[in-house]
Amino acid sequence: MPSRPPLSVTLAAAAGLLFLHLPLAFIFLYALTTEEKSYQFPPPGFTLKWFAVAWDRPDIWQALGLSLRVASVATALAIVLGTLAAAAMARYRFFGREAVSLLITLPIALPGIVTGIALRAALNLADIPFSFWTIVIGHATFCIVVVYNNAVARLRRTQGSLIEASMDLGADGFQTFRHVVLPQLGTALLAGGMLAFALSFDEVIVTTFTAGQQQTLPIWMFSELIRPRQRPVTNVVAVMVIAVTLIPILAAYYLTRDGEAVEGASK
Amino acid sequence: MTTPSTIPAVRFRAVARHFGEVRAVDSVDLDIAEGEFFAMLGPSGSGKTTCLRLIAGFEQPSAGTIEIFGEHAEGVPPYRRNVNTVFQDYALFPHMSVAENVAYALMVRGVGKAERLAKANEMLALVKLANFGARKPAQLSGGQRQRVALARALINHPKVLLLDEPLGALDLKLREQMQVELKTLQRSLGITFVFVTHDQGEALSMADRVAVFNAGRIVQVGRPEEVYERPATRFVADFVGGSNVIEPEAATRLRLPAGAWSIRPEKITLSATGNGPLGRVESLQYQGAQRRYVVAVGPDRLSVVTAAGTTAFTPGASVHVDWPADAPTRLEG
Repeated sequence: MPSRPPLSVTLAAAAGLLFLHLPLAFIFLYALTTEEKSYQFPPPGFTLKWFAVAWDRPDIWQALGLSLRVASVATALAIVLGTLAAAAMARYRFFGREAVSLLITLPIALPGIVTGIALRAALNLADIPFSFWTIVIGHATFCIVVVYNNAVARLRRTQGSLIEASMDLGADGFQTFRHVVLPQLGTALLAGGMLAFALSFDEVIVTTFTAGQQQTLPIWMFSELIRPRQRPVTNVVAVMVIAVTLIPILAAYYLTRDGEAVEGASK
Repeated sequence: MTTPSTIPAVRFRAVARHFGEVRAVDSVDLDIAEGEFFAMLGPSGSGKTTCLRLIAGFEQPSAGTIEIFGEHAEGVPPYRRNVNTVFQDYALFPHMSVAENVAYALMVRGVGKAERLAKANEMLALVKLANFGARKPAQLSGGQRQRVALARALINHPKVLLLDEPLGALDLKLREQMQVELKTLQRSLGITFVFVTHDQGEALSMADRVAVFNAGRIVQVGRPEEVYERPATRFVADFVGGSNVIEPEAATRLRLPAGAWSIRPEKITLSATGNGPLGRVESLQYQGAQRRYVVAVGPDRLSVVTAAGTTAFTPGASVHVDWPADAPTRLEG
């Protein structure tokens, strides 16, 4: 039995968690305030009208639509490329393998601002105009890493002989991939994909450099803070962003946890 | 060699498999007859598992030819060979039930669900796991997984079944039981079994013929009795049954003709008043059904195994060592 921690540690932990999460409560609070010019505390009154206002704003819908499309396409791209890269790393030994592995994972360690500037310079140099696809490419750089890491970890834990067993029993490469490899990778890809989606959905820095005049939802929020107009609407959108990003992250957490429990039991 | 004149199930001609500088398999000639229970015996790294993988098609030979029932196997992928494998780690698909695992070969061939599951249950009954179809592999014991792997490999009625150390992970009692069952199964199905093992007891007790591997080559092929009684080289004498290898310089001291010799420990008898060379008991191990001695004869050490019920000697006792005239086997080289 683990013993109870001393009171001081409990208090410090509670204070730390409050410091991290109390600001989120203010997002919700100010989404409901009647004061629209400044964040006054305590709020003079509460109203749900900002949800209706936000609903009627076409710029929000446009930004939300763009963010969702970018996140979906970047995630799809990341799942395909990340899985292929992971399969190559897990299956083959080749010269420079470790270096390639490092290069694949580097974008997530690199500050977003460096990735952003680099991409912008590259796009300028190649004379590529900013578009939906330039945002997708920017996001794919770090989305691939998340999928790749999940897939590589799962493949490492998967017995190599499973693929041989499948081939031995008469399955060709495609059947083996469909019936053996994909089910093994399934939850890892789902988890990686959800994480990638959430990362893409709230990305600001790289997007700033690759979006041009287009506004994704986080960028729209950023501009609203600078130019105050119906301030609580921003908070309403923030509440939506929390919901959209939190759900897949929680789902990913539970899915990978289950996956590990199952694999652990089979050993 | 007792190779029949018909087409062999598996034929190797000068087969080699190199991994870079490593010669995992180095010029192997081999004929495995149809319906034979053939054991490949050797220490780890001797090339026996690589030979098995060459038959399965997971490896391609660097040189030489492989024929399976007279057909060239070159370039034929594993999924087009009528050969199935029981893997050392069983390699059961963890996301499928036991029945789905067994039915896998039928599923990829497009056999309908009801038909293939019925067939899978038949196979499971054959390996005495009739009511385990719905379970997941993780819910089975090691011995049960082994049976599932066997049923899965046999469902396609392969012409050759390859077994890669299938009993290695089982405890002794289960292993002995499975040895009997595998032998019975092989007899009743009439399928050629190729069995890789590093356990000489397993190879000798189950196989019709044994090939002893060392350093990528086959050093001796023969019936278990031949390999055991008449080892061809020092390696076989030592690896199979731990024989006494008597080097030429010791031969004269032990009153043997010139040359290198092997004498099986159980062929040697000990007595207080015999005609053989005189030695001294150095150590004694009581092993229930037998006693294992080390006897020092001058500078030479002999291992001796005597059956329970014969006269026991204590360490330090002087004994004469004797053996029948046909017991020593001359070793090559």
